[in-house]
Amino acid sequence: MAGNLKSIQRKGSEIAEKRGTEESPVVKWTLISLAVLFAVLFLLLPLLNVFYQAFHSGLQVYLDSLRDADSKSAIILTLKVAAVTVPLNVIFGLAAAWAIAKFDFRGKSLLNTLIDLPFSISPVVAGAMYILVYGVHGYFGPFLMKHDIRVIFSTPGIILVTVFTTFPFVARELIPIMQSTGTEQEQAALTLGAGGFRTFWQVTLPSVKWGIIYGVILCNARAMGEFGAVSVVSANVAGETQTIPLRIDSLYLESKTAAAFALASILAVLALISMAIKTYFEWKTEREEALAQMVVEEPS
Amino acid sequence: MSSRKFNALPGFGLTLGFSVLYLSIIVLIPVSALVLKSLQITWPEFWAVIKSKQAISAFKLTFGASLIAGALNCIFGSLLAWVLVRYRFPGKKLIDGLVDFPFALPTAVAGLSLAALFSKDGWLGSFLIPMGVQVTYTRIGIVIALTFVGMPFAVRTLQPVLENLDASLEEVAATMGAGRFRTFCQVVGPSLLPAILTGFALSFARAVGEYGSVVFISSNLPNKTQIAPSLIFAFLETNDYTKATAVAAVLLVISFVILGIINYLENWSSRFNQ
Repeated sequence: MAGNLKSIQRKGSEIAEKRGTEESPVVKWTLISLAVLFAVLFLLLPLLNVFYQAFHSGLQVYLDSLRDADSKSAIILTLKVAAVTVPLNVIFGLAAAWAIAKFDFRGKSLLNTLIDLPFSISPVVAGAMYILVYGVHGYFGPFLMKHDIRVIFSTPGIILVTVFTTFPFVARELIPIMQSTGTEQEQAALTLGAGGFRTFWQVTLPSVKWGIIYGVILCNARAMGEFGAVSVVSANVAGETQTIPLRIDSLYLESKTAAAFALASILAVLALISMAIKTYFEWKTEREEALAQMVVEEPS
Repeated sequence: MSSRKFNALPGFGLTLGFSVLYLSIIVLIPVSALVLKSLQITWPEFWAVIKSKQAISAFKLTFGASLIAGALNCIFGSLLAWVLVRYRFPGKKLIDGLVDFPFALPTAVAGLSLAALFSKDGWLGSFLIPMGVQVTYTRIGIVIALTFVGMPFAVRTLQPVLENLDASLEEVAATMGAGRFRTFCQVVGPSLLPAILTGFALSFARAVGEYGSVVFISSNLPNKTQIAPSLIFAFLETNDYTKATAVAAVLLVISFVILGIINYLENWSSRFNQ
């Protein structure tokens, strides 16, 4: 089937050239070379450089830098932050998508816009906002002091700002998917006697499975890599309130470049995995669409 | 609202209630705190901060570098989008995947890697520094970091528009005797303009707020290479909450304005494609 599609595409481009809707080969290959050169220099080199720098002092140095106590504790803190942040944002994403996609209500478009807000706010501004709320001189500061709760400069603050910066990811993925599936399937399930929760688990959830997976991956990658907002609200104490990105920063400032790149390579691998899953996800939907079209076209 | 259909699905109150509560705790309370706090600052105080030499220089650098980065993203982003949509060549899948890389990579890692690339022992720096081009610790470095983080926005905004472009328009132009260049300038170009501008606005917005990648490659010297987010950071570190709030409020207002412009551009873009 794939071969068939390809040969159709090839024929299409030959026709295009004859019709005069394609550039001359010289222009075409100049543009391609420029684009490839740019992508290699600007996008590929920074990626390869992370692994080169991480490993060029040898595997032993790499492993030792990851075994360092402060780096280990940074990895653990980062995992903790992601473990709290991602589920919270998934629950919110599901709730918001259900309300926005399945119902009509006043203020829906306002809610939709507000969900995107954290994307357009600078991470440093986000951190500053949380200091103004939870810091010693903040609005909730006196209350928190009285009850001896530390938010800013400790783990809860790091988690809160990370939740803020990754807030839209899951909801953004789920809303369009739930909107496109409509409500018929759920209505049918309910008519057939399924309860609300059963309908949700067995009808809605499977249909948005890929959206959730993709949203979780984006949210997780961003949660583990957040730097600006976290560095504002963290005390940045090695072994206590340093996440992986903060640890990278302090290692770099101490001129321990190989160790900084060793930690950075973990985050780069995470980014590569996210991109691979995204590509697979897109390839899967594209193939399903192509197959659906073929089924439609076949009878004629 | 009048045509509201009967909806038997349960859970509306629960999910909407939870969404609004969560949104309020995570987003609305902190944003209101910044707005409230900045309203408590008197005008003379506010202007004294904003018009200080350090703040003016930080704003100029942030907007100047973001504008250049946005423009570079327009040029190279359009080139990449065009080549990826229109041509087939070896390695195309890889390049297409690479476009998302700056979006997926944590900004601190991007900054670290770019700083090392352009350092005197780095892969690019070892060529550029002997030629007299110093990138790390300078404004050029800031522009490069901002272009890097904004690139996916420019490419990914233009790509779908280019894919859905009506091929018959170009065929008509060719039939009527227009050369390829003229077709591009008069037929293809104008219909891509809204998407290119949206890509510019998105990458500009991203660049204005960017912090992580810039702190690694820039020396963050006040009045020279300090961007606005890094100025806020410096004020917070010295407990100058009023000054930090004033600068943060300006950035917040600007991001709202850009958000509005992007919404307008996207509407324009979708009308254009119908």
